[in-house]
Amino acid sequence: MKLFNLFRIAYRSLNRNKLRSFLTMLGIIIGVASVIAMLAIGEGSNQTIQKSISSLGTNSIFIYPGTNTNGGVRGGAGSNQTLKLEDADAIAAHCDLVKYVTPIVQKKSQLIFGPKNWNSTIMGVRNDYMLIRSLSVIKGSAISEAEQRSAAKVCLVGVTVVFNLFGNEDYNPTGEIIRMNSIPVKIIGVLAKMGQNTFGQDQDDIVLAPFYTVQKRMMISTDHIGSILASGKSELQVVDAVDQITSLLREKHKIAPSDDIDFTVRTQSELSNIFGSITKVMTILLASIAGISLLVGGIGIMNIMLVSVTERTREIGIRMAIGAKGRDVLFQFVIESILISVVGGIIGIILGILTSEMVATFGGWPVVITPLSIILSFGFSSAIGLFFGWYPARKAAALNPIDALRYE
Amino acid sequence: MAELENLITVKDLTKTYVTGSIDVFALKSVSLTINKGEFVAIMGASGSGKSTFMNIIGCLDNPTSGEYLMEGKDVLTRDKDELAELRNSKLGFVFQSFNLLPRTSAQENVELPLLYNNRVDASIREKKAIEALTSVGLADRLGAMPNELSGGQQQRVAIARALVNAPLVIMADEPTGNLDSKTSYEIMGIFQKLNDEGITIVMVTHEPDIAQFAKTNIVFKDGTIIANHAVMDRKNAVEELKLIASLTEEKSTP
Repeated sequence: MKLFNLFRIAYRSLNRNKLRSFLTMLGIIIGVASVIAMLAIGEGSNQTIQKSISSLGTNSIFIYPGTNTNGGVRGGAGSNQTLKLEDADAIAAHCDLVKYVTPIVQKKSQLIFGPKNWNSTIMGVRNDYMLIRSLSVIKGSAISEAEQRSAAKVCLVGVTVVFNLFGNEDYNPTGEIIRMNSIPVKIIGVLAKMGQNTFGQDQDDIVLAPFYTVQKRMMISTDHIGSILASGKSELQVVDAVDQITSLLREKHKIAPSDDIDFTVRTQSELSNIFGSITKVMTILLASIAGISLLVGGIGIMNIMLVSVTERTREIGIRMAIGAKGRDVLFQFVIESILISVVGGIIGIILGILTSEMVATFGGWPVVITPLSIILSFGFSSAIGLFFGWYPARKAAALNPIDALRYE
Repeated sequence: MAELENLITVKDLTKTYVTGSIDVFALKSVSLTINKGEFVAIMGASGSGKSTFMNIIGCLDNPTSGEYLMEGKDVLTRDKDELAELRNSKLGFVFQSFNLLPRTSAQENVELPLLYNNRVDASIREKKAIEALTSVGLADRLGAMPNELSGGQQQRVAIARALVNAPLVIMADEPTGNLDSKTSYEIMGIFQKLNDEGITIVMVTHEPDIAQFAKTNIVFKDGTIIANHAVMDRKNAVEELKLIASLTEEKSTP
């Protein structure tokens, strides 16, 4: 009954001072919305940067056969054939820090279509290769698992190959049969353009075919494979994944702890380091954005609450003169603050999400709204709104009614 | 048989303000008794202590020392919440500057003391507010905002607000200070009517002709009471208003 009366008083008071209530609410709305939008934009940028860095293959792990030493002459990396398909399968089965893994066989070969020919690299890979290298198919379709198993005579080609065999980069060669190492192979898709790699190598001059197709139909030795490509679960676990792979292969190849290993495991550790420092910078950046937005929003809320409650000291005096107790006045102001904070906070959340979506739609900027930013901004703004609604009201309610009445 | 009952008794009431190193005495050992059914006008120049006295007996302010009994019970030992309840149920205030809540209709202003009164049920709140406004002649302005009302009407809303909890005493601090003489007389008419119905009225004023409407005049000077006497030729507001009406009629019809 009593509490209901206070709700009624608070509601009436908010309702009859619509502009003041709205302006107070606006402080909260802007505070909450700006924090959510800023963090959404920041987090979106962060994730985009992380994604594009990881698409460079920072978590890729390369496994090459070891060195062949013949009468004191060491043949260099990859000169020996020590890797087998079962090594790749073992890594896939036993290394839990490895996400994707594919064996690779590759050879240089002449491609022939009608009167034209072109020499390119043919790679026999499993479908994990596409995922590790972040490759996608723009025309036609990717290689299916069934085609992998059946060593189907199909392939995906890069745009450089399309240009050289068909005379036009934009030509859609899907369904055409090309001869590759004297075997007719059907083109089922075109790879999205990758451009040049860091070292100026044309990454589009490539043919991808199912692993068995290349291994069984085109290679002389079907026992050994060229290399293994794998990727770690995350950028940060690559080093641990390398250790896992090394000890697994050591065991499989029956190498005594004192002997040199007959394979090489490499990562793009330089890229990983850069990645690590960028992540750190982005984290600090996001934290500062959040901190500053919260601070600015909080000060705005604090000011408007302080001013609007202080200017109502006289009203508090009137209420006390006609019989309101100190706690009645306090409750009224706390209820008003809660109503303003909650309603303003909800509007702020909606506005923040809308703003973020607008930035995403019209600015083409990636945004990611995190629940943490919503909880953080809403909690902080409401806490400040509540405190600075309660504190001056408490001060005014502690005055003698006559002092509150005379307050200017 | 009208037995005189002591409503308000104060003894040696003193109020000092500390300004810098000098203590200023607003009240110096004031002792006074006000009986039920009284209509007291407190007079005096500004700074004489009359408003301070009024605020203290209205429980809006605390004295520095002294004793204050209302209906024979000590007031000054009560805590703030008890004083708030006392103001709510036994006292009604009328101020010079009306002190209505802005942007709040006359009816809602009058309902306000009832909202703070636990004993008043929601169902009769509206009825009581309308009754109080009707008794001051504002039955047709229930929904009017203070800024849509004249000064006299605003003061009448304030009186209705003071009346709505059926108080023992109405405390009026310069209730006519912001009003012209005709409106002032109308307000005095309401006060005299309420007084006839048994409500005690304590009114601060510095206008001698307004004080003539009261039953007793008390004069303050420098924080002490220098005179306390019954009004000899008490004015009747109804007759005064008739007089004014006839005078203005003479002027307008030459």
